[in-house]
Formats: sequence, structure tokens, C-alpha cells
Amino acid sequence: MSDIYYKSITKVTNILLFLENVKAPAYNEMVEIKLDNGDIVSGQVLDASDRFTVIQSFGSTSGMNIGSTSVRLTGETAKFSVSDKMLGRMFNGLGEPIDGGPAVYGGEERDINGAPINPYAREEPSEFIQTGISSIDGMNSLVRGQKLPIFSGSGMKHNQLAMQIVKQAKVLNDNERFAVVFGGIGITSESANFFKDELESSGALDRTVVFLNLSSSPSVERIMLPRVALTAAEYLAYDKGMEVLVVLVDMTNYCEALKEISAAREEIPSRRGYPGYMYTDLASIFERAGKIKEKKGSITLLPILTMPGDDITHPIPDLTGYITEGQVVMNRDLEKKGIVPNIDVLSSLSRLMNQGIGANKTREDHRNLANQLFAAYAAGKDLRSLSEVVGEGALSSSDKKLVEFSDKFEREFVNQGYEQNRSITDTLSIGWELLSYLDKSEMKRLKSEEMEKYGKWTQ
Amino acid sequence: MEGIITKVSGAVVEATHVDTPKMNDMVRVGLSGLVGEIVRLQNDKAVIQVYEDTTGLRVGDRVVNTHTQLSVKLAPGLLGSIFDGIQRPLEKIMAQSGDFMAKGVDAEPLDTTKKWKFIPSVKKGSIVKGGQVIGEVQETSLIKHRVMVPLQLSGELKFIEEGEFTINQKIAVIADKTGDVDIIMLQEWPVRLFRPVKEKLPPEIPLITGQRVLDSFFPIAKGGTAAIPGPFGSGKTVTQHSLAEWSDADIIVYVGCGERGNEMTEMLTTLPKLKDPKSGKSLMDRTILIANTSNMPVAAREASIYTGAAMAEYYRDMGYNVALMADSTSRWAEALRELSGRLEEMPGEEGYPAYLSSRIADFYERAGRVRTLGGDTGSLTLIGAVSPAGGDISEPVSQSTLRVTRVFWALDSALANARHFPAINWLNSYSLYEDDLTPWYKDNIARDWPELKKELMTVLAREAEINEIVQLVGYDALPDEDKMILDIAKIIKEDFLQQNAFDQVDAFSSIKKQYQILSSINELYSLEKSCVSNQIPISVFSSVRAKDVLAKMKYITDDKLDSVRRDFEVALEEIKNNTVVKNE
Repeated sequence: MSDIYYKSITKVTNILLFLENVKAPAYNEMVEIKLDNGDIVSGQVLDASDRFTVIQSFGSTSGMNIGSTSVRLTGETAKFSVSDKMLGRMFNGLGEPIDGGPAVYGGEERDINGAPINPYAREEPSEFIQTGISSIDGMNSLVRGQKLPIFSGSGMKHNQLAMQIVKQAKVLNDNERFAVVFGGIGITSESANFFKDELESSGALDRTVVFLNLSSSPSVERIMLPRVALTAAEYLAYDKGMEVLVVLVDMTNYCEALKEISAAREEIPSRRGYPGYMYTDLASIFERAGKIKEKKGSITLLPILTMPGDDITHPIPDLTGYITEGQVVMNRDLEKKGIVPNIDVLSSLSRLMNQGIGANKTREDHRNLANQLFAAYAAGKDLRSLSEVVGEGALSSSDKKLVEFSDKFEREFVNQGYEQNRSITDTLSIGWELLSYLDKSEMKRLKSEEMEKYGKWTQ
Repeated sequence: MEGIITKVSGAVVEATHVDTPKMNDMVRVGLSGLVGEIVRLQNDKAVIQVYEDTTGLRVGDRVVNTHTQLSVKLAPGLLGSIFDGIQRPLEKIMAQSGDFMAKGVDAEPLDTTKKWKFIPSVKKGSIVKGGQVIGEVQETSLIKHRVMVPLQLSGELKFIEEGEFTINQKIAVIADKTGDVDIIMLQEWPVRLFRPVKEKLPPEIPLITGQRVLDSFFPIAKGGTAAIPGPFGSGKTVTQHSLAEWSDADIIVYVGCGERGNEMTEMLTTLPKLKDPKSGKSLMDRTILIANTSNMPVAAREASIYTGAAMAEYYRDMGYNVALMADSTSRWAEALRELSGRLEEMPGEEGYPAYLSSRIADFYERAGRVRTLGGDTGSLTLIGAVSPAGGDISEPVSQSTLRVTRVFWALDSALANARHFPAINWLNSYSLYEDDLTPWYKDNIARDWPELKKELMTVLAREAEINEIVQLVGYDALPDEDKMILDIAKIIKEDFLQQNAFDQVDAFSSIKKQYQILSSINELYSLEKSCVSNQIPISVFSSVRAKDVLAKMKYITDDKLDSVRRDFEVALEEIKNNTVVKNE
């Protein structure tokens, strides 16, 4: 919009620029920062004011100075050009191609912040997605349009789990158009290569749009990446009618970037140095998942985050859990026991499970079977820790059975490896098989019809 | 005169030259006319909190003062609707601007073309005063909307007519001291102001929720206040939904404040299908939904609970029992914190503004059972979910809330992980209404209600102690008395406290059924006690039929309660016969 280059920079930090006397800046407007050597870095207005305007730079501020570095307002807010030519391509966090290919022309420019879905326009997610993983399908089922994060810890194999879901996920009796939007936020190039190879070998790469910000790329770009990725996803879902699965790794890096910028702006932090608006900020990303009435497509969101110190009460998993519709929790003790995937079904949860399961969806006994498995596994685990204190001898015989049940549950139900793809029927029958190990009279959550039809008790 | 924007920082905008700005004036900001409210004045500068996304708002853009305060429009047509935090009708907005929320859209909150049949209840010539009911409109199949005289007016009714009117058409004329005033059904009320009442009455009647753990152990009074704090996944929202669906209030206002969009959708799809147990009419007909989801503008989230409270008070003034559920007040407090930070106010604990606890206290003070200005009795019950960071309720929002609310339903993640729902911890929760409500329970349910409840609560408290001993010595080392307590506690937990919100029958438990299950458990308990004191081993109870009958009770519809009860008595007799035989 303007050809004016402002040279009125008064302060430069590692992320931010402060400018004086800028004429009519807009909130969140994109700017170009021109260095002495002619390099151009993009940035964004964080605070617009007739006196001081604060700009965050998406590139390194190294080489910028007071006096000759200049800033031009573009008159535009951040946009991303969407079209179906995005599929099979790779972009950075700002939406610029990084695969050596040409820019995507002919697309429609969309504001990367999107707009909130009108709650009245939403459709309740209710289609069961079979991931082929028993601890998810059987116990914490995923449905189309849900946002279900994976809470992991450093060093755990959440990448493998994510790729297993991407490769195996399908909706029963349905072969609709399916696309993957992958956002790598501050990940290492090794992880990036792993994802690329996995997508390629499964033949999913040409149905995938990849957005990549490596750990060596500018951290401020991480703020933009999920927004650009979801703008692409919204286009594929609601304009093209595709069923889109969005994977974002690692949201912890996103939150760290948010903290970094907040600190640079000298804002008053809330818990552990994270900004007070982190909940709202994360919600503006996660709430973009969903389904819309009378539209074909959907966005299912699988954000992955590593819990610092495996602590689920840390602000990042905590705020995420309050926004998302459940969580899949990976557990270090299970990992040490060699259980793969190391999903802790008890602290995991899917809030939309009830909508997606039952007669005509999965099977009529699914809900009660899951409840019974939960109850027995929880009781068994409690008793196991009790027996570690008082010795196994102090347990009654039915208690001993429960302890053994909980071991079997981990070894046979949860432990399936990253390759095995179980149908929901298989998952349910493994569950029934395990229950037959316990006394029939203890099955408080099951209906007698269900026990007769599916139970595997011998007498 | 138009104001000029001088600064934009998130939801907070500063402007100069605003036309005669007053605190809390509503203004239109920028080219697309975003809705905002003046929250601070300083020399010639007005600080404005904007209720929509400010991206793209430019320094130098205009600000127009509307010279009105942020208000709600009150008239027939509120019930069954869904609004955003500043009462914009989401259904109409979708028709206007599509599936995504566009900026600066304007839509009348209520239908101004629909004609309602108005039936006067007072005669021409009578003297009326503010708040008095002058007629009725059948607003929905469940609720008669009582049209009240605007609060500031009083005088002789010079004209009143039966007929079909829109909410903007004259239905009556009052000769007020300022002259003759035309009365229409539509009224406006500033959201931040309490609607006045004649007096507050003591809480004496419980709000029956159909949730066993609440009604029996931690009851809330009509006009009471309750807090539900809990970590994520512990079932705050499911509990709030159950209350919205099953509690015996006349009107429900449900404020989804900074929470998930899909949850509001769930309410929109389930409520119309659910039937009122008394009339068989759709529960949506008594409900107003306010949805300001977490990704919708943060300032509107701050306003949303006031919007809800103003509507709730309006129906209370008609003489209805209204219940307002706010999910979640922590998100509202976070909105306060965010705005306060942008205003560069001095922060208090955890960055929350220093006035956090007075704002919370102020909100809950709107609850109460009241005598209305019109002379009726109405009530407003407030139930707020709290989402403490990390589930730790020592944080400021939980603590400020617990200081003012009289019921505490403590959600517990350990119970939730074991899928014990509702995951309300029976040892930590409390209700300060117990004494106020005991006479009602004695008169309407059973004389022995208080003793029964106390007896079984003691079992649960005892169980917690014994469990600590079990940790040290193991179960087998326990004496039979203790084993008996564990046995009964298990039954209370599994067959009474646990309730399945997704089971057709179990979702709502009538107070009669609650009493029957409790007294049946107590009878089994008495029998076990007498056996244990007669040296009969507790193991004889390990798989008696009576326990199976008990387990089934919660899944039985009310019409079959008596026959199950007889079966239970038979089963108790069987135990008695068996134990006598064994003893000989």
C-alpha cells in the first residue's frame, strides 16, 4: 500500500523492532524490513500506535541497525495463497515453498488467522475413525472433527505413534477423499526426514501438505506455522470437501516461541513465564478443528506435545487439555516395561467417544466393555502398587486375579507395536478375551445380554 | 464528531476526540464498525475494549460513540435461542455471514416481525408500578412470558389491549409522572447492573438435579451458589450439562464462556431431543444458550456472563426459578487478566487484576431467592465451573470463588481416571445449605433422611481411614468390622454415587429412587452389622443376591421401583435364613 520506508527505528532486540512516527499502522499488519545489504525480512505489527509501533521480525535481527535499516508497511495482514496445487508440496512457517518448486500461483489469498466457526454452524462430530490402535479405538476413540492431542515426553516415540495413526486411520465403510496437513514446529531435521520417509513409503505424500520449521529456523516463524497450516486445512476441508487430518509437532516448541516473544515485549507473565493469553492463543489454533453442517469435509486435529519433565500439570499440557476434546497420554513406566505404544489408557480420554461408538457405529457393547476394562485395569493397577508395599501374600485371590489382569491388559491389549493394524472387532474381542480371566460376577458395568453374546467365559 | 484511533494492542484500543465519551459507553470502532466499550477515560483519551478481533484495525481509523451502554434486549423470543457474548443471535449471523463469524456484523437479537399473542392480566385504569406483571405471552410450549412494567415507570394504566403484537408494538400506555408513556414488550437493560428486587428470602427449597451425589449428599438450594472446580477431564462440563438438562429449574441460562465449540453444538443437538419429565415438552423450550467459545474474542467472553446474568434476572423477576450455569468462570477470569494486562494495570496474584475477587463476589451476589418488585417469589441459582491450572485449587480464581459460594463440588482426577463418574469427591465436597434444606427433605421425602445420610457418609469417611491401614497391613489382616465397612462403602460408591450421564434411565434419578437406594443399602448394612456382632463371618455376604438387586436399582424406571424393592426385601430374608442355618 505504501512506498514509504521508515527509518525511525529506535530500538532493536533479538526479535523486536520499535519504530517512531509511523503513519497509520494496522494491528497485525505485515511489514518488510530492509537491511543495509538489501536483504528483506518480513515482520508483523504487534502494537500499532501513533507514537511507538512494535514490530516482530520473522527472520533474525542480526545485521539490523538504528539509522539505516528501514521498514515498509505492506497494507496487508498475513495471508496464505490456497489452492489444490498445495498437495504434495512443502512450505516454511510463513507459507513460502521450500521444496525447490515454484510458488503456488492462482490460489486464493486467505487470512491465516481464519475466523471462528459460528457455534451454530458446527456439526457434532460423530463418525468413528479407526486408527487400528486398540488403546485408542477401544478405550479412547477418535472421531472425525475432533481435536485430540498426544501428550508425550522427551525421548518417547510419539513420532512413530503419529505416523501409525496417519497411515492406518480410516472411517469404517467409507473411502472419501482424505488429506493430511503436516506441521513440523521447531523439529530436528532428523525427525523431519523420518516424517517425509514415512509419508512417502505409505504413498500418502501426494495427499499431504507439509509445513516445516526446523529447530534451526527462526523461532518467531513458529507462531505463524500452525495458522498457515490450518488455513490450508480449512480450504481442503470446507472448499474441497476433503477429510483432513492435521498433525502438529511439537506444540511445546510453539509455546516456547510464544513465551520468547512475550518476554521480549516485557509482558507480565502468568504461570512459569508463559503469557496470560496462552489459553486464548492455543484455542485460536485448536478450535479450528471441527465439522460444519451441510458441508462435506472435516478437520481432525492431532497436536503432539512433549510434557516438560513428564508433568501433566505443566502449563502447556494443562491449557491444551482444557481446550482439546481429550488427550492420549504416553507413559514412561510403560515404555520402560517395553509396552509399545506406551499409551496410558487411564489418564487418556476422548470426550467425543460416546458420540462415535455403539450400535451402527462400532458395536453396541463397546461403551460398557470399555468401562469394564477401565474399571478392572484401574483396580488391578491400584492393587499392584498395594502389593508392592504389603507383599502379594496379603492379597485375596480375586485381588491377585485383578493384578494379573492388569499385566495382561498391558501386554496383550495395549502392546501391539507400531506396525500392527487392528480392526475394531479385533480390539473388542481381545477385550472380551481378557475379561474372561476375571470372575463373571464382578462384571458390574456389563449388561447380561452383552455377556451372553460376546463373553468368553467357559461356563 | 468522530474519534480517531491512536493505538491498537490486542483487544484494547485507544482513541482521541471521541464524542462526549462516558464510562461504559458502547462505541463502533474502525471501518467495519467493531463493537467496543469505553473502559477508561484519561484527559482527551478514551480506552476502549473491543468485542471483536482487531486484526487490520489501523491507527487513524474512526471511532463512533453510540451513547448507549452495553445492554441486553429483553422480550419474548429469548428462550430456545443461542447468542454470543454480547447477545448477537448466532443463528441469524450464520444466515447473514456464513459458517464463520464475520467481523462487525449487526443483527437484531430478537425477532422483530414475529407477532405474539398478548393477554393482559390487569385492567385499564389500575395503578401499576415498575416490575409489576401486566400480561402474558405464551413464549414457548413450556413457559409463559410475563410482561412487566419497565422498572422506572409507575402510574395509571390508561390503555391496555389484548391482541397479536410484535415486540416493538404498543400494548399499553402508562400515565407516568413524566407524561403518557407507550409500553412495548421489548425492554433493554445494561448488562453490568443488578436488576433490583424487593427483598432476598432465605434458601429453603432444594434445586433437585437428579444427580444422586448432589441431591443426597451435597444439595444446592434454589437461589444458591455452587462452584465446581476440577482439572481437565474430570467431568465439569458433563456435570454442568446434566444440571442444565435435568435440574428442576423453570428456566436455564447456559453460558459457554471460553470453552469448546463442539460442546455448545452438543447442547444444541441434545436439548431439543430431551423431554421435560413433567410436561413432555422439549427442554430447549426453557433454555437460553450463550456461546462465546475459546477462540471467539476475549472481551466478549468477559461480557458473556453478565449478558447471561441479566437475562436470568429478567426471568427471575417474572417469578420463575432460574438456574445459570457458567462454564467456565476461569476463562472469564483469564479474559479479565488479559484485558487488565493490555490496560497496563498493576497485577495482583498470578497476573490477575487486584479486583478479581471483588468481581467474582459481585457476580455470585446476583444469586438468591427473592421477592420480586411485582410481589412474586423467584430465584436465581448460580453454578460456576472453575478450571484451576494443573487442578490445584490454591490458585486465585478457585480461592476467590470458594470464599463466596456455599456449595463446593470437588471434582477429582483420580476418580475420573478410574471412570467413577460423576467424579465428585465425597470427602472434600460440602454444602452449607444442608441445614437450611433438612426440613424440606424431612417433610417431602422421609423423616429419617438426615440420619440415613449421616450414617452412610460415616461409612465413606471410615472407608478412607481403613484404606490407609490396608496400605500397611493388607486386606486379610483386617477385622470383620472393617471389612464390612469396605464392603458397604463399595456398594455406596458403585450402586449409588456412580451415575451414568449417558444411560437413558440412569441420567436422571428421582429423589424417591435416591431415597430407596440409600435406605436399601442401609438395611443391608444393618444386617451385616448384626451378623458381624454375632461372629458370623463377613464372607457370607460376598455374593448374595441382595447385592445384585441393589446394583440394578439405579437402572429401574420409577414405576417399577416398588416391585424391585419387594424383591430386595425377599433377598434380605434369604440372607437371614441362610445365616441362621449356618449359625446353628
